[in-house]
Amino acid sequence: MTDLDAATREALAELVLTLADDEFVLGFWDSEWTGIAPMLEEDVATSSIAQDEIGHAKAWYELLAELTDDDADRIAYGREPDAYRHAALMNHPRTDWAFTVARRFLYETADSIRLEALSRSSHPGIAGLAAKMRREETYHLLHWSAWMRRLAEGPETRARIVAALDRLRPDAEAIFSPLAGEAALVTAGVLPDGLAALRAAWHERTATELRALGLPVPVDEAPAPTEGRTQRTDDFRWLWGEFTSVARAEPGASW
Amino acid sequence: MIPHRASAGEPEAAIWAALAEVPDPEIPAISVVDLGVIHRVELADDRSTLRVELLPTFIGCPAIEMMREAIGLRLGALGIAERVEVSLTFAEPWTSDRISAAGRQQLRSSGFAPPPHLRDLGALGELPTLTVVACPYCGSRETTLENPFGPTLCRAIYHCAGCRQPFEAFKPI
Repeated sequence: MTDLDAATREALAELVLTLADDEFVLGFWDSEWTGIAPMLEEDVATSSIAQDEIGHAKAWYELLAELTDDDADRIAYGREPDAYRHAALMNHPRTDWAFTVARRFLYETADSIRLEALSRSSHPGIAGLAAKMRREETYHLLHWSAWMRRLAEGPETRARIVAALDRLRPDAEAIFSPLAGEAALVTAGVLPDGLAALRAAWHERTATELRALGLPVPVDEAPAPTEGRTQRTDDFRWLWGEFTSVARAEPGASW
Repeated sequence: MIPHRASAGEPEAAIWAALAEVPDPEIPAISVVDLGVIHRVELADDRSTLRVELLPTFIGCPAIEMMREAIGLRLGALGIAERVEVSLTFAEPWTSDRISAAGRQQLRSSGFAPPPHLRDLGALGELPTLTVVACPYCGSRETTLENPFGPTLCRAIYHCAGCRQPFEAFKPI
């Protein structure tokens, strides 16, 4: 992959940063359920899934650090909130359980489509990580699909899941917001399918699953938001303050 | 499963023997060799460097750094090479089928059900709830999956109707 030109390498770094930040921020939000999930077994499950996501983020940050001659911890904890590039879906706090399940459903379905494409990447580092992550994410998908089925059944939980999906859907579209330099990544085979194509596949996938659950299927004709990965909220700024607090307390300390 | 090299000379045998003494930090009954995490061992011809590549069982496994350190120390003590480098790779995904037959027995004897073979499971997406796992204590197959997520990323929680005990199983992945 040393033959990539400077512009493509820059786009590659941006792509890996989005992958890392998505997993990192979502992992931190969901780790907030540790100790207060709806039941004990769920406490274990959500915590384990959150740990997986933080682990995936670490692997992406390490790959990025290699590509940009930087330090993975610096990238993860040393940026100002506005420099994070997660999709707007991850700007929201955990809210109630239905909200978390709805976000998870939207994210896991999108992530599985994205990872399938990336496992065919011409970049061996990306392809290897994506292939391994797909195996782990299979468990996540099964888990959150089971929760979707469960919440879709009761009248009150159904109303909550419908409201949460409604609220989150536009921000979930941001997972597939176009990236600067995306065309070059597609040409180089780093990103085997463009984000618009992945988004279309995700629409189809979510429509099938929502229809099977008797839940409303949104119609998404508008293009993905162009600012989908750069807008930050006060909720995220709060979370950022939490997850960087240790790193900021003793800058440069080694652990 | 374990990539023994065809031309394994004397130093290579010593390296593999030393690796077989390094336990998994989370389940010490099994060695890193039987767990199948050793992807490659490469000793430079001039013996300046001994390189070992590891395949993490789970990407976020916190034990991998401990394994890396323990392997570095153990191989360093052999004095075969001037420098020992232990790195991680995702060149191929670690799967639970990489656990050796001896490793599966070691898991069972320390109270962990070994993972079902992937070849018996069909698509990965169907496996966790449909799998019958035998109880590592009494051997009963009347067991139920309580939670596909457990105390570590690689373990699931089951309950045995035979001996009425909960137990943990290594996840198929």
